[in-house]
Order: sequence, then structure tokens, then C-alpha cells
Amino acid sequence: MTTIFGYPLVVVLGQLVLGLVNGSFYALLSLGLAVIFGLMRVVNFAHGAFYALGAYAALVGLNVLGVGYWPALLLAPLVVGALGVVAERLLLRRLHGLDPLYGLLLTFGLALAIEGTLHQVFGSSGESYPVPEALRGVFNLGFMILPRYRAWVIVVSLVVCFGTWFVIERTRLGATLRAATENAPLLQAFGVNVPVLVAATYGGGVALAAFAGVLSAPVILVSSQMGSALVIVVFAVVVIGGMGSILGAVVSGLLLGLVEGFTKVIYPEASNIVVFVIMALVLIVRPHGLFGRE
Amino acid sequence: MSDEFLRVTNLHAFYGESHILHGVDFTVNRGEVVTLLGRNGAGRTTTLRAILGLVGSRSGSVMVNGREAIALAPHRVARLGVGYCPEERGIYASLSTEENLLLPPLVGSGGLTLEEVYAMFPNLAERRATQGTRLSGGEQQMLAVARILRTGARLLLLDEISEGLAPVIVQALARTIVSLRERGYTIVMVEQNFRFAAPLADRFYVMERGRIVAGFPAAELGAKMGLLHELLGV
Repeated sequence: MTTIFGYPLVVVLGQLVLGLVNGSFYALLSLGLAVIFGLMRVVNFAHGAFYALGAYAALVGLNVLGVGYWPALLLAPLVVGALGVVAERLLLRRLHGLDPLYGLLLTFGLALAIEGTLHQVFGSSGESYPVPEALRGVFNLGFMILPRYRAWVIVVSLVVCFGTWFVIERTRLGATLRAATENAPLLQAFGVNVPVLVAATYGGGVALAAFAGVLSAPVILVSSQMGSALVIVVFAVVVIGGMGSILGAVVSGLLLGLVEGFTKVIYPEASNIVVFVIMALVLIVRPHGLFGRE
Repeated sequence: MSDEFLRVTNLHAFYGESHILHGVDFTVNRGEVVTLLGRNGAGRTTTLRAILGLVGSRSGSVMVNGREAIALAPHRVARLGVGYCPEERGIYASLSTEENLLLPPLVGSGGLTLEEVYAMFPNLAERRATQGTRLSGGEQQMLAVARILRTGARLLLLDEISEGLAPVIVQALARTIVSLRERGYTIVMVEQNFRFAAPLADRFYVMERGRIVAGFPAAELGAKMGLLHELLGV
């Protein structure tokens, strides 16, 4: 049997694929956090709750409204994103110009409220979401067995992350967004409706979280707490990538997923803390993160 | 209706507790170049920012092209046809030169095309892909002015555009102002550089302690030099 570092190749590759799947979720979530932080200087603690809301939107869609996986992939982010816009217009914008700590506290409260509501309505046992018909089964690659759904998660996450990066770095809309991140008052003096841009950006970041929620629903247990565990790791990912850096969020999301997967093979006891150890090291060596400016 | 493009009446402006403008009054006619003179801290920059609504709070009246702008958000004031070139230039580091040029949305018709802008500022055409803040100081100033010529804004608020630049660049900017005036733009300039502003402006206002204390046309400039010496030390 082929081995790598003394471990069976199949086991290593299996963990690496799992790591990439987790890394895909990290990337999607930290991407949204990075965009929101970059523009609004808000550390969006509600991100995990919106991720859970996305998964529950898909679940309710399937069980109550008869909306399948594929439409849910588009509809759930739209619905949750709209909720994000409402939250920004009603709550977050009132904190504009105050210490970022206020935004952190508000979104933390928002997360508790959303997760509490989900817990109240759906209970604490958690529910599963079926893998869509077309993505059941496996690809036999010869050297390993690759479940189709996992391959799908990795591919579609990469496409969405690249698409978001492209919009922000290569389009007129993205240039406006970058300008707002840098100097919003001047941009508004040029005639851009910055308050609407801010609300739309928050909605977009939240929609990305909901998209990750739908994507993860078939591979995890959907529960009200599914986001709160993940979001802590995702914050570490954002810090490692560099606060506000789009590319940093995506690259470090995927890399840390891989590192975590690999750690599960060679030293499973450390797999839960490896991300935080790396964060501490990065903060010592490069306080602005791997891709951060300044 | 008169040919006034901008009428500022009893304009007060505040940053937090600080009361900066104490009832500023002046008018600018369509197609005119008007220069606000004054010492540092006299409130000239704040006057431009208060016209746009970029101050903590403001009161009084700002009529732009016949519309009251005092209660409007900055983006709505801009859409009345106002272009703003801030003192610090405000070039975006995360945008290329061309992205900086294309950033301000159109607020009116009849702005220059990108080609016309590049014809007026050939340096910018050569460096269109360069990161905005990697341009030289002079090029950045060109970019900051060029950026608002595309948008169709007819009233340009230019804050200290000659500041800190080499004489040859200052001369190029002076030629630009003359050419913009010929194209019918209405321009309000804040200038420390009296020798730059003197031959360009149709009228002058002098500010002191948040108020307009004198105003006269270019023809009276010679007769007013004594007053200017006293007020500005020029």
C-alpha cells in the first residue's frame, strides 16, 4: 500500500479532501467577513448565524415549500441577504462613525437573537438535509474515492470566490467598492449613494454566508449552533489572511482547511487548535496578516 | 432667473462643538472663476466642504443652479452638477489612474469624454494603468482635477490645486483653468498662491475668521492691493 509520511495515501488524501471542503466554507465565510469589515469596519459576529439561517432557509424550503436544492442555492442567499440589508438599514447604520466595538456588540447580540429564534422554532436536536440526487455517489479516481458532493462543494466555492474577487478587483462596481473602503465621504461627494452601497455590501456578504450554509446543509447536521462554532475559526482565518483582504480571505481559508485536514492525520489532538496556533504565529511575524496592507 | 450658479447665504458650519463658519455670503455667476482668498484657518476649505455637506452640520442656504442644497446629502448635492477637488487630492491608492478617472458617476450631460481628458492631460494617458498614488505629486493633482471633468459637473470646487507643485506644473494647471473657463465651467478656487490665482479669477472674495470680509472684481485688484497686504500679508 502506498504511504506518505508513513500514513496510507488513501487516508491522507481523504483527509485533505475533507480539509478542502472545510476550507471552502472558511473561504466563503471569511470572504464575506473581509468585504464587510473592509467597507464598514464592522466585525460581523452575526456571520455564523446568517450561515445557519441559509441552511435553515434551504431546509424549510425543502420540507415546507417544496423548493429543492438547486433553486435554494440561489433563493436562500437572496432571502437571507435581504434580511441582512434590513438589519443594516435598521440597526447597523445607526452605529456608523462610532467605535467598531459597538458594531461587534450589536452583531453579537444579533447572532444570539437569530440562533435563539432558530433554536426555539426548530429545537436542539438538529436536522439533516438530503444530498441532491445528481450529486450522490462517488468518483473513483483510481488512487482514491471522491464523493461527488464534496467535489461539487470545492468547485462551486472556488468559482464563487473567484467570481467575487473578479467583481471587486476588475469591474467598475468593484472600483467603487474599493474607493468606498478607502475614503467614503469623498466618494459620496462625487455623487455615489454610499449609504445604499454599504447596505448592499452587507447584504452581499451575508448572502455569501447563507450560500455557504445551503452548500454545507447536506454534509453537516443543520442546527442553530452550526455557525457559532465555525465562525470562531473563520475569524482566525480572516486575521491570518489580513483584515479586509479579499485574496487573503480566500487563500488562507483554503490553506487552513488543508492544514487542519493534514493535522487530523498526523496529530489529531491538535486539529482543533492548529488554526489558532498559526494565527498566533502570523500575528507575531506579520501583524497585518499574510495579505494585509500597511 | 439671474445667471447665478451658486448663492451661499448666511452659511454656518460646525465640526462637533467647533463653530467654523459664521455666516458666509457670496455668489458665483455662471461661467465665472471666483477665488476665495484668506489666511490658513480662515474657513475657505470648510466653505467648499460645507457647500457639499461634508461638515459635521451646517445651516443657512446654499442654492446650486436654482436648487436649495442645504438639507441634501453630499451625493445629492453632487448630482446638482458639482465637482469637488479636495485639498488632499483624494487619489485612491487601491485604484489605477484610469479607475480613479472613471470613478465619479456622471452628474450631468456635456462632460469631457475620456479621450478629451487624456488629450488635456497626456501624462495621465501614459500612466493609465499605474496605481493612482504612485503618480508624481503633479500628476496626482492633474488626476484630481481631470477626474471631475468627465462627470458633466458645471460647478467645480477646486481646493489649493497649485499647492506644493513645481512652477512648470503650476503653469500647466493655470492653462487648464483658462481652458475650462473658455468651455463655460463655473469655478470656485481656494488659493494660497496669490500669483497663481490673480490672473485667472474674474472676482475675489477674502475670508477671515469664518466670514467673507471683502469682495471685488479682478479689475479692482490693483486698487485693493493695500487691503490684501493688510488681510493676507501678500
